[in-house]
Amino acid sequence: MNPGEDTLVEASHLDKSFPGVIAVNDLSFTVQKGEIFGLVGPDGAGKTTVIRLLAGVMAPDKGTVVIDGIDVVRDPERAKEHLSYMPQRFGLYEDLTVDENIQFYADIFEIPPSLRQERIVPLLTSFGMEEFRRRLAGQLSGGMKQKLGLMCALIHTPKVLLLDEPTTGVDPVSRRDFWKILYSLREEGVSIVISTAYLEEAARCHRLALMYKGRIEHCDTPDNLKKLMPGTLLNIESSQARKVQKALQGQAGILGVLLMGDRVHVTVDDPRRKAEIDRALREEGIEAHPAVPTEPSMEDLFVELLKKEERG
Amino acid sequence: MRWKRIRAIAVKEMIQIRRDTRSLIIALFMPLMQLILLGYGVSLDIKHVPICVYDQEGSQNSQALLKHFQASDYFSITALLGNYRQVKRALDSDLCRVAIVVPHDFSERLSDQGSSTVSLLADASDDNTANIAIGYAQAVVATFSGNVQLEAAGFGGNPPPQGGVLLQERVWFNEGLDSRYFIIPGVIALIMALVGALLTSLTISREWERGTMELLISTPVSSNEVMAGKLIPYFVIGLADAVFCLVFAVFWFHVPFRGTLFTLFFTTSLFLVVVLGVGFLISAGIKSQIGATQIAVLVTLLPTSILSGYAFPIDQMPPVVQTITYLVFARYYVTILKALFLKGSGILDLASPIFAMIIYASVVAFLAGRAFKKTLD
Repeated sequence: MNPGEDTLVEASHLDKSFPGVIAVNDLSFTVQKGEIFGLVGPDGAGKTTVIRLLAGVMAPDKGTVVIDGIDVVRDPERAKEHLSYMPQRFGLYEDLTVDENIQFYADIFEIPPSLRQERIVPLLTSFGMEEFRRRLAGQLSGGMKQKLGLMCALIHTPKVLLLDEPTTGVDPVSRRDFWKILYSLREEGVSIVISTAYLEEAARCHRLALMYKGRIEHCDTPDNLKKLMPGTLLNIESSQARKVQKALQGQAGILGVLLMGDRVHVTVDDPRRKAEIDRALREEGIEAHPAVPTEPSMEDLFVELLKKEERG
Repeated sequence: MRWKRIRAIAVKEMIQIRRDTRSLIIALFMPLMQLILLGYGVSLDIKHVPICVYDQEGSQNSQALLKHFQASDYFSITALLGNYRQVKRALDSDLCRVAIVVPHDFSERLSDQGSSTVSLLADASDDNTANIAIGYAQAVVATFSGNVQLEAAGFGGNPPPQGGVLLQERVWFNEGLDSRYFIIPGVIALIMALVGALLTSLTISREWERGTMELLISTPVSSNEVMAGKLIPYFVIGLADAVFCLVFAVFWFHVPFRGTLFTLFFTTSLFLVVVLGVGFLISAGIKSQIGATQIAVLVTLLPTSILSGYAFPIDQMPPVVQTITYLVFARYYVTILKALFLKGSGILDLASPIFAMIIYASVVAFLAGRAFKKTLD
């Protein structure tokens, strides 16, 4: 990897362990200007630790993090001027109002008073928060808390935004708004590193790192990652999806069966298995639409790749 | 160190204190409660010690002696008894602390031999009171016996005895020997230590506990800026509490204040630096609010109330304990406060305790500045 001029985040050979656990193991990646870089992986894979190492709130045992050419470990205060970090747990003061929180972080980042209004007002407007300015942060809903967190993170126009599961516990509408804001930031050239437990969100990232036990197992664009899926994916819609899953599991040529509400995703070694499957379901007397080849979702991919990891 | 960031943290902290009932109670009501409780509750004066009398003689002489006891402010006679069994019961049941027994040959020996004895039985389960009561009783008896000698000399036609050494007492600084004057200045030290350390001990641990620290340490703010910003509001509250205590002591308890306000505020500021620094050290080391509060009470309230000399004089402690008190930073402040209130000492008279406080303040400030690390590890 040879970081170019547009590389804003460069993590190399990061190691971090806690008593009894290796949280991050020889991890390297780079993030370009204007790129949304997603971290996905099961709980305990080390996503939060990676983001904390990038944010400089935790020091790596080994390795370096360079943000816009500044070494975070050696010169944390200067690097932090270009960073914004949103921890997984709400980090603002619940006993301060929306306005007071914003002013506090504007003071901490030394935003001159003349610039404040022209920054704060558009943020409040675009986040739909004007009417809540005087409300205590602790009395906001989950989605609004996250928006307030993002506003405080954006007050100093950072170059790199680090988000640790920002949409967990946020309703789908707020989550869509949240992503709209992320996309507009990206257009302004902000690099975003985001960890998420929602796989449909992961698909919106430019590049994804799939983490497992402290390592990045795969790192590529969502489309390229999907090509790693073995075999072909068939989608079967059925009101008796659970029965479909039961009937097909373990049959010849079937690599995996994934239940998704009233649909079942079946991975097969050969697209021609479709006819066999339709026939088998008819014979079992299960009501189901015929199987249709389909694009793998992030969830299919994720489950498939993790299965491979666990097999070793 | 950027002043704007320090100010931002100080303002934020002030808003949080204003909205936190617990902090407000500690800052505003605790000083008042302590002053009232300790000002009225703790008195080392011993007045109206209950005594019982077993007068075996019942003569004019014995009555005259007992009248001396009656007339003294230090005693009040609670019962007249008829035998030793009653005396024992009276002492056992706390009816009296001291019993006076006048023997049946009191007057006879007095006139025949020129001297006689009365016995005193004291309940020494509270040794301090017993000691003082015995002292008072000796004084009462001495006065009585002086009168008897004078009378005897008068009857014999001789001039009253001359010469000998007479002690002329003059009590300085606390002319009325009022123990409240002695205690109240020390109570101020106790209040400042407790309030300062308790409030600051919460300041860092609260941020860890609520998860706000993780965000704060991801900003360019330096650890010294965090410390300065967090301590300034508590310093102001501490000084305000000091003013309140001073006004209350002088105008409510009528304790004289004879020193200068400058010396008072200079030394109070030094003391606050130490107390707030200790609170900050505790807070930085212990990430839970409950734990931090407990340690804060342990390291401030206990040594200050027992080893600072605020109520229990240091020079009466065993030598080992006396040595330990040099480590108790409140002892210097208590010394200074007592001197300022009662003696009116100047800043130069107090050079050595002030010097000790400066050393203490520098060490604590240095340690506190290094204690808080901007990291989650």
